[in-house]
Amino acid sequence: MALGVYVHIPFCAERCDYCDFATWTDRGHLIGEYVEACVVDLRRRMTASAPRATSVFFGGGTPSLIPARGLARILEAIEREDVAEVTVECNPDSVDPEQLAIYRAAGVNRLSFGVQSMQEHVLAELGRTHDPAGVEYAVRLARDAGFEHLNLDLIYGSPCESVDDWRRTLDETLALAPDHVSAYALTVEPGTPLGRDVASGGRSAPDDDDQADKYEIADDVLRAAGFDWYEISNWARPGGECRHNLLYWEQGDYLAVGAAAHGHEDGRRWWNVRTPERYIAAIRSAESPEAGEELLDSTTREEEALLLAVRTRGGVPIPKHAEALVTDLIGEGLVEPDADRLILTQRGRLLASDVTTRLLVALSVPASRSAPAAALLVRSSSPLPPSEVALGRLDC
Amino acid sequence: MAAVMIPLDRLRCLSIIAHIDHGKSTLADRILEITGAVEMRDMRAQYLDSMDIERERGITIKAQNVRLNWKDHVISLIDTPGHVDFGYEVSRSLAACEGVILLVDASQGIEAQTLANCYLAMENDLAIVAAVNKIDLPAADPDRVSEEIERVLGIAAEDVLRISAKSGDGVPELLDAVLEQIPAPKGDADAPLQALIFDSYYDPYRGVVSALRVFDGTLSSGARLRFLQANSVYDAEEIGVRLPVPTPVATLGPGEVGYLIAGIKDVGEARVGETVTTNARPGEVLTGYRHPKPMVFCGLYPVEGDEYADLREALEKLRLNDSSFTYEPETSGALGFGFRCGFLGLLHMEIVRERLEREYDLALVATAPNVEYLAHTTSGAVEVVDNPSSLPPLNDVVSIEEPYVTITILTPTEYVGTLMELCQGRRGEMQKMDYLSEERVELVYIVPLGEIVMDFFDQMKSRTKGYASLDYERAGYRESKLVKVDILLNNVPVDAFSSIVHRDKAYEYGKRMVEKLRELIPRQLFDVPIQAAIGGRVIARETVKAKRKDVIAKCYGGDVSRKRKLLDRQKEGKKKMKQIGRVEVPQEAFVAALKLSD
Repeated sequence: MALGVYVHIPFCAERCDYCDFATWTDRGHLIGEYVEACVVDLRRRMTASAPRATSVFFGGGTPSLIPARGLARILEAIEREDVAEVTVECNPDSVDPEQLAIYRAAGVNRLSFGVQSMQEHVLAELGRTHDPAGVEYAVRLARDAGFEHLNLDLIYGSPCESVDDWRRTLDETLALAPDHVSAYALTVEPGTPLGRDVASGGRSAPDDDDQADKYEIADDVLRAAGFDWYEISNWARPGGECRHNLLYWEQGDYLAVGAAAHGHEDGRRWWNVRTPERYIAAIRSAESPEAGEELLDSTTREEEALLLAVRTRGGVPIPKHAEALVTDLIGEGLVEPDADRLILTQRGRLLASDVTTRLLVALSVPASRSAPAAALLVRSSSPLPPSEVALGRLDC
Repeated sequence: MAAVMIPLDRLRCLSIIAHIDHGKSTLADRILEITGAVEMRDMRAQYLDSMDIERERGITIKAQNVRLNWKDHVISLIDTPGHVDFGYEVSRSLAACEGVILLVDASQGIEAQTLANCYLAMENDLAIVAAVNKIDLPAADPDRVSEEIERVLGIAAEDVLRISAKSGDGVPELLDAVLEQIPAPKGDADAPLQALIFDSYYDPYRGVVSALRVFDGTLSSGARLRFLQANSVYDAEEIGVRLPVPTPVATLGPGEVGYLIAGIKDVGEARVGETVTTNARPGEVLTGYRHPKPMVFCGLYPVEGDEYADLREALEKLRLNDSSFTYEPETSGALGFGFRCGFLGLLHMEIVRERLEREYDLALVATAPNVEYLAHTTSGAVEVVDNPSSLPPLNDVVSIEEPYVTITILTPTEYVGTLMELCQGRRGEMQKMDYLSEERVELVYIVPLGEIVMDFFDQMKSRTKGYASLDYERAGYRESKLVKVDILLNNVPVDAFSSIVHRDKAYEYGKRMVEKLRELIPRQLFDVPIQAAIGGRVIARETVKAKRKDVIAKCYGGDVSRKRKLLDRQKEGKKKMKQIGRVEVPQEAFVAALKLSD
């Protein structure tokens, strides 16, 4: 049975303008204690009876910022299958050969680089500190250290990025021969420097039509290079799909380790305290680091299954009793039937929220006119609602 | 419950006349406290405003009344509705009084509606005890406001009391002045009964509860009563007074105010202005009764067609409580089955709609408000048109008449120019301009009602930073050059968007309307053309471009709850959209015309 472990490393050298994740640039002095807390937390959770992990993901923040031996210590505390996928998110400007060798020896077998763009002026607008040459250097180091599985993260659609900039970014990214590419539309999140600038009119918001154009370009270019999409924002060469990602989308079980991390086990979702200080304190005093949980009832689980699966290449089962909707969705070029499933077309992927809400409306029982929140049980001892804690994901 | 009659000279009946926010409810609270009617510990802010909407908006919609004791006298305090839409209800509340307290904010000065109500009080020979309120505020200028009261109403400035309803300063003196200056009621306890209903509401357990004032005769518990306007007979199940807790009594004599419960199921049977007498020995009908006549109309439709029956039931129930709105079933090609509803004014319309949504949990589409037109047709008939889409074809119409109102605006002098511009832009004709003082002007215009139901009030407020106030009354019908502007969505005419406007303004109206709709209608999966047309001729066009992107970029383990909620909200939003043909239209688009700024 698959089990993922997500380890959150909430430290960064700089904060990117668009980022709304739980991460701090002024808590470097806590790294040592934080690593120990993660190790202790894992020892408590990974009891003898627990299944072995099939995937591990170090996300952030910037996991590559903490000492490699610290990361290796955490990894050591995770009982895992021999073939387990182990990914570390890295900043292109915070890797060196010795560090990568330690990763390798500790069992890391996949690296994910936050490239974002291969154009200097675009990187500058995003508030990133590395340059395109640094990306090429980092990838070369990864190859030299023996890493075969590489993901490169891209962000498209910032207002200063031309269509040609984006094409060049894609070409130069492909020249680095990754087996996995994630490409995200720049999203303005409230509370971020970008969000504030857009709200105050200081910066323009990304344009939907421009982002749609760039998504289509990415999909076409990547496909021509032998990649296929397996989730709306993720493309891989055959066999390069991220197993940890798939676990999220298949409603699998995953443990949450570290501040602000989210875990899921059979319909129970929980999240840890948000700050590294509180996480360390909780572990030290042998208390649970969990800040809250929600118990998903069967309706909510079905809704989640739909909204997650519809985003993937596997699609969703053709809904029963909604023939008219299915006919419409096919007629509008949003989905294609494949055996007994509906798969999003390229146009459908760009309009996935539209498709999802229509499917949800069609599937919802007529009586569910009340607020959907009533379908859950939420307990939270943290003052933060889960919506503010956006972790436990991959490929930042 | 022995029938103890209070001597007439120990009774007083009065109302408080004040503009919104000038402190009427606070004064009522303070009086309740000072006279010991409500213990301090039971005091909640604005005791007499009991409806949620009243508290939220800080206005009184239903008149409440309370009996107070002050220095061996019994004072009946009748709270009047505080909005321009409820002028008739105010007039009936005043008819139940011998005097009023005029309450004016010491920094704001007198407002149009207060003035109108004061004139009404004077016409009815009521005594006026004037007081300026909020004298403890830094901006207070009681001298200036007192002089203004003297100039406008002829009440000597030195007789104007100065109070702070908030702190209670001057309130005992105000009550003393009430005893001195407001005459005691007159009446004969042995004469045939004559009692005036000035408010009725529906209580789900007791049926209709009416507030009334006895003028002549004696109202006794258990008596068989005749309602002269409704021409119906009911038994007085319970009569009582509010202290403010409802307290049953055996009788109510001349000059007394109380409540009556008579097993009535519909407030339409016990309307404001009704005369109650005994069946055995009927008295005369009291003058001044008016059947409420709606001035503003709109269509109300359920967003979900299957809620039509729920809406009808809600309207029926609400009407038990408010007999001044009307509703009739109608069918719209765009919106399906719904109701054409008539209201006393815009606020009244908003209140009814809000109560339907809030108290009956309905999602509604309301069309833009309109007035009632008279169409003279080639066949010589006159058709009453309360829905723009039912205007007969142009070829069949000889002429159209529209209702006019006389509006009175009180404003600081500096805004006269911008208000004249506003009124002229709304086809207004000036009747009068009077300087009430060096700083304040009274403007009187005759304006088509249709021009002010849209956004006139908001425009007036924004142009004068909220300092101007408005009152209006009907001024009959006049012929106007009117045309119907239709709106086509995705090439299909949408009847709910049709409007009747003046010919000279039709082009501009059509252009702004399609621009506004382009902003309000979200991008769909296909291009949506929006056109304005007069009798088939397109006068303006805009297009909502097809949307290409509607997707969440990232969705991972930690995001799932948040993204699910995001999509749930989007799903709920979709349910609130009204499907017109293939186009999803948000509810607020149907009142787009209200938002066309000048």
